[in-house]
Amino acid sequence: MNAHIASRAGVRILARRVGEWWHGLSRFQQWGVLVPLVVLIYLLPVLNPPLLTTEPGTDFPIAMFNAARMALIAIGLNVVVGQAGLLDLGYVGFFAIGAYVAALLTSPDSALGVRYPWLVVVPVAMAVTMLSGVVLGAPTLRLRGDYLAIVTLGFGEIVRLLADNVEPLRGNRGFQQVAGPPGTHADGSPIFTQTGGTPWYWLVVTVIILVLVLVGNLERSRVGRAWVAIREDEDAAEIMGVPTVRFKILAFVMGAGVGGLSGALYAGQIGFVNNQKFDVVTSVLFLAAVVLGGAGNKVGVLLGAFVISYVPDRFQAVAEYKFLIFGLALIVLMVFRPQGLLGARQRLLARGRDAYRRLVGRPEQVVTKGPTPDSGRGVRT
Amino acid sequence: MVHQLATAVAQGDGGWIDFNVPLLVDRFWSNTVDGLAYGSVYALVALGYTLVYGVLRLINFAHSEVFVVGAFAAYFTLEGLGFRPGPTPQLSTLSIVANLLLAGAVAMIASGLVAVVLERVAYRPLRRRNAPSLVFLITAIGASFVVQQLFFVTRGANPERAIRILRPRPLFEVFGAKVTNIQIIVLVAAVALWVVADGFVNRTRLGRGIRAVAQDPTTATLMGVNRERVIMLTFLVGGVLAGAAALFYLMQIPQGVVYNGGFLLGIKAFTAAVLGGVGNLRGALLGGLLLGVAENYGQSLLGGAWRDVVAFALLITILMFRPTGILGESLGRARV
Repeated sequence: MNAHIASRAGVRILARRVGEWWHGLSRFQQWGVLVPLVVLIYLLPVLNPPLLTTEPGTDFPIAMFNAARMALIAIGLNVVVGQAGLLDLGYVGFFAIGAYVAALLTSPDSALGVRYPWLVVVPVAMAVTMLSGVVLGAPTLRLRGDYLAIVTLGFGEIVRLLADNVEPLRGNRGFQQVAGPPGTHADGSPIFTQTGGTPWYWLVVTVIILVLVLVGNLERSRVGRAWVAIREDEDAAEIMGVPTVRFKILAFVMGAGVGGLSGALYAGQIGFVNNQKFDVVTSVLFLAAVVLGGAGNKVGVLLGAFVISYVPDRFQAVAEYKFLIFGLALIVLMVFRPQGLLGARQRLLARGRDAYRRLVGRPEQVVTKGPTPDSGRGVRT
Repeated sequence: MVHQLATAVAQGDGGWIDFNVPLLVDRFWSNTVDGLAYGSVYALVALGYTLVYGVLRLINFAHSEVFVVGAFAAYFTLEGLGFRPGPTPQLSTLSIVANLLLAGAVAMIASGLVAVVLERVAYRPLRRRNAPSLVFLITAIGASFVVQQLFFVTRGANPERAIRILRPRPLFEVFGAKVTNIQIIVLVAAVALWVVADGFVNRTRLGRGIRAVAQDPTTATLMGVNRERVIMLTFLVGGVLAGAAALFYLMQIPQGVVYNGGFLLGIKAFTAAVLGGVGNLRGALLGGLLLGVAENYGQSLLGGAWRDVVAFALLITILMFRPTGILGESLGRARV
């Protein structure tokens, strides 16, 4: 028990140390650390480091692509769950819509009979998914947290059942030859193939960086402050003049857009879309990725997604039990460390660390979000 | 593009959605009868959601797994009694009743125990810490996952083959719709269980404790109600009812139990609870029966594949227009 407490404290102290060290650096020094790190991340599938590698079980670049794809999904879901505090159990529905839009518009099996280029299809897929986010969010986001969870669960299932039953969506037969990004090597062979994970990995990592910058900017804006306010106390936020429903829908739509994007990427890499991969279990896996690392903490979410995707690939022996293991991890984590491995950062001064330093006179502390005494059901009447 | 889509749909065999009104009219009464019998299963499971929600303001996501445990327990009991999948054996009435009662009792005990253990392991530590409701939900999902996967790992992805000991036999007809002995047994037993549960909550001392905690936990505690015990009791009652529902479910479905069979049923039962008014015992019964019937109508009208969509669509519609359900939320309301 003591060792257990010590290890928990150890993780927390380590996370805080790293956080303090990071925020103590100047912007220039931060870039100095970040750039080599990003380069290293880009080089991973090429280096194929001996201990990290998932071969011979899974092709390492493909495993890395899957991890990156999971990370992208987790970032999108994190906007909804981590930032705005809305439990979305139907996120796989958005992912599915993105994949199906890509398939419908590019596959020769599609009843539409069109073959648009991939670069056109991705924005369309995102737009359709965001629209479906509005359609789902507008009526349901007035509901309280647990009701919302059930309704989103129902939404995810409806999307899956549509894929099963609507004739033009081809159920189990699915769509072959879904298009990927353009581009050929010097010898004329395409860069993006179903078997080569590395270009896809680079593409997704680039997309992740872009999305991180976008989401990061949103978080530091009025929108992000509204989300955090809603997450911490919706009633209080409403009273203070935050149009909560509108911002909740915005969070939903942002999350949906990223989900659709990753769906389109997934469809392109696999080259095939059918109704098999979009069940609730997958939704819960996405949620586990967010919660494991720490909802609301982008680094934590990336870490969580990596663990969720990488562990079953690396340790094939446990792959069969992965849902069992992640289910247990969810319980243990929620009981002992509800904020996740790293925990959400509560930025009291959203303008950033310069303002903080000016005001407090020392670098910003990373405050891990613990259970607040009043946030339980005790206050509910 | 929209135009192309429209022509594609018009040309496709089947198209998106067909409405088959004549079939619905034709099967109206048999749908109603089947729906009531099936809906009584929803009603019993919905009682579990409603009771826990009334007391804790918490959707017990893992309740569907409590149900599945009951179904497996009933299955294993029948198997242990020497019954095997295949043709239904010819048994005396007494033997049928005794075996069914035994299987039901084991299912109820197993489900009740699992529900209590779940509360102890997953919810109580969070309650001690006053965790936010999001944390409760995630824990519940995790717990539901673990139970589900335990069955998956041990019993595989295919449904068990059904074990039957009671032959369906039409007893009488209602407007041309056959009513089988199984449907009558299930409906009567479910309503009887509901009467017992309702009586327990509304007329006994322990039930008064449940209502007191539902109404105002703090005051109830000050008045000497042991809140933790009441919560345990609530989970126990909900679990026992789910166990009984599991047996009734097995008697009606074409196949045996499967590891993830609780998921859909759980959502539907929850829909039933919300439809009638979550936290309201009468609402759970009404909602369950209504949902069972509505689902069958939907199946006739839209085709078998759309059966499950009806429940989800209904859930979203109620939550949008009348989130308190038909009868309103009432477990905690003062009743003299």
